[in-house]
Amino acid sequence: MLQSNLAYKLPLTEEPAHVASKDAKLSFVHVVVAFFAFLIGILGGLLQGLARGGIIELPAWLGYYQILTAHGVLLALVFTTYLIFGFFFAGMSRTHGAFSDRLRKMGWAGFIITTIGTLMAASMIIANEASVLYTFYAPLQAHYIFYSGLALFVVGTWVAGAAIMAHYFQWKKEHPGEPTPLFGFMATATLILWVVAGLGVAATVLGQMLPWALGMTDEINVLLSRTLFWYFGHPLVYFWIMPAYMVWYLVIPKVIGGRLFSGSLARLAFILFLLFSIPVGFHHQLMEAGITEFWKYIQTVLTFVVVVPSLLTAFSIFATFEQTGREQGGKGLFSWIKKLPWGDVRFFAPFMGMLVFIPAGAGGLINASFQLNAVVHNTLWVVGHFHLTVGTTVILTFFGMAFWLIPVITGRRLTKSMNRSGMVTTWLWTIGMFLMSGAMHILGLFGAPRRTAYTTYQDHPQAMSWFEGIFASHITVAIGGVILTAAGILMFYNFIYLAWFAPKGETEFPMTPDPDDTPHTPALLENWKLWIGIAVVLILFAYTIPIYDMIVNAPPGSPAFNNLIR
Amino acid sequence: MHLHKYEKIWLTFGIGSLVLFLAVLGVAAFAFGQQPPSHMASVDSQNLEDTVFAEPGLDQINEDTYRARIVALTYGYSPDTIEIPAGSTVIFEVTSQDVVHSFTIPGTNVNMMITPGHVNMTEHTFTEPGEYLVICNEYCGTGHHYMQMKIEVTP
Repeated sequence: MLQSNLAYKLPLTEEPAHVASKDAKLSFVHVVVAFFAFLIGILGGLLQGLARGGIIELPAWLGYYQILTAHGVLLALVFTTYLIFGFFFAGMSRTHGAFSDRLRKMGWAGFIITTIGTLMAASMIIANEASVLYTFYAPLQAHYIFYSGLALFVVGTWVAGAAIMAHYFQWKKEHPGEPTPLFGFMATATLILWVVAGLGVAATVLGQMLPWALGMTDEINVLLSRTLFWYFGHPLVYFWIMPAYMVWYLVIPKVIGGRLFSGSLARLAFILFLLFSIPVGFHHQLMEAGITEFWKYIQTVLTFVVVVPSLLTAFSIFATFEQTGREQGGKGLFSWIKKLPWGDVRFFAPFMGMLVFIPAGAGGLINASFQLNAVVHNTLWVVGHFHLTVGTTVILTFFGMAFWLIPVITGRRLTKSMNRSGMVTTWLWTIGMFLMSGAMHILGLFGAPRRTAYTTYQDHPQAMSWFEGIFASHITVAIGGVILTAAGILMFYNFIYLAWFAPKGETEFPMTPDPDDTPHTPALLENWKLWIGIAVVLILFAYTIPIYDMIVNAPPGSPAFNNLIR
Repeated sequence: MHLHKYEKIWLTFGIGSLVLFLAVLGVAAFAFGQQPPSHMASVDSQNLEDTVFAEPGLDQINEDTYRARIVALTYGYSPDTIEIPAGSTVIFEVTSQDVVHSFTIPGTNVNMMITPGHVNMTEHTFTEPGEYLVICNEYCGTGHHYMQMKIEVTP
């Protein structure tokens, strides 16, 4: 499937090969916060694994659900979001030129607001005033400072996101009629998704939880709060995966010495993710009363449409691999595979992430399968699932990214020994996750619940069997957790070394040359008003009637339960 | 926009299987009634004594069908045990008197969310005798992992 080898060059776009140093600093602070959150988050995970397996007992001052909340918030929200923004600021500077002082200041303002929010929420988790898990669980009630912190977190990311989008649209304005650089296009699609999705969590936090936690309202509409949360909660996972896809589409082809297969298809995939990741939150609520089967099924169908951009992505990535392997002399059906740089952590870590995404995606299809969801809902299967998707596919891609992004923004070099350390990290993470997530999947099928501390249910034989399996056991989960923690600590060391101790030098920000089809990019794909309009129509279609029903036919609301979490 | 020939085959196959798959789910749901628990009845969770949940428990509807009205609460269920003969079908109607719980029988397809203000409903036929464990698999507070009840299925 060779396409023409002539690399296409855009006419006279003065493309700076570097990240402007002021932008690099803004990117760097994001990366630093991300990795410190990562370290605390994985240590929380270690304690959970050991405690749940009955191997250790937590001290009285530390609750299982408290560290579960910390683990979820720090890894799923803080680590991912900060790293994504660090990546975006550096990448936009690299592909669209340096940020203007005004927009960079806006970026800093976003960083500061987000960080204040993070510290507020974290302080309440530490004080054990917020053990409501990051999915909130009204009518369990956390301290109002926790909700305020989360609101600031979201608003801060909107401010930073606005700076990035403004930078993109400024480029677009200055280059009328030209297709925009892929990096900016994809970052913008991701950020629009984040803003539109964030409206849901902002609505429930600002409109429901905060007034209720402050005592301004006595009651809360539980089903509405859950629905608004999941309106946000599912696109959140695309907010994690789309930047990982950006690494796959834009960085990996360059790392392996090739070029992206098709730019238009990449744009189309991102538009489809934007359209079909939001009107689908009900697939997290399939087992709930108060939402009719009809609307659940509608959202199930919309959920499955993301199969299409996923297939597009899988094709593009592997076509790029094959194209590159063949250009480098690989022959026959499979021998081009040997031409790929297997010893380069910048390729290998994301590649392992891609490999894991095959079973992870298949598991996702099972979860969303309407009535079949009853078998796995809220079991450890689901935890196993998202430790493959976000916890391996996204994380390993971000690990791979760290090995060039950090040296780029700190003006250092990736050394051979650091590359080796990254390879070891990748293997350890993969092995640890195989044990932990594998055991979680099977335990889930046997009915073991998620979000549950160590328990044998008064030594009920069924619950005891969850500790007794050869592979399918909480003990395997704990062992996997220990290996993952070792990998995580090693990654933290890698981060420290790359950030402050690696030898000074020039590092390239790897970015694929524009694909052959760039000049033929359909103008329609760049019509953001159209896509946002369609996204809004789909959301209104999927949510208006059920939400109207939830409000008009609401049962009496729930009072606050804030003693149950301490 | 150019689509490579192999990509067309790949997408046609992928989208074709997707349509077939969704049709299977849809037919199972709407023609054979295999729906996820989605009961629409609501109650006042703070005044259950004024509702059918004032006296939760088991009612026999006919020879081998029972209705179990159960109230989920932190951290348990009321009643905490029910007893039925093997071969019985039980219709579970469950609500919560406080926070969000679940009503889950590991090893069966009974697994539904219990949100305060709503009644959720599902049914199950217990063919094998034994002591079935019911657990809450949705976080409901610091004692969540103690929340359970039992279903005794007598031979």
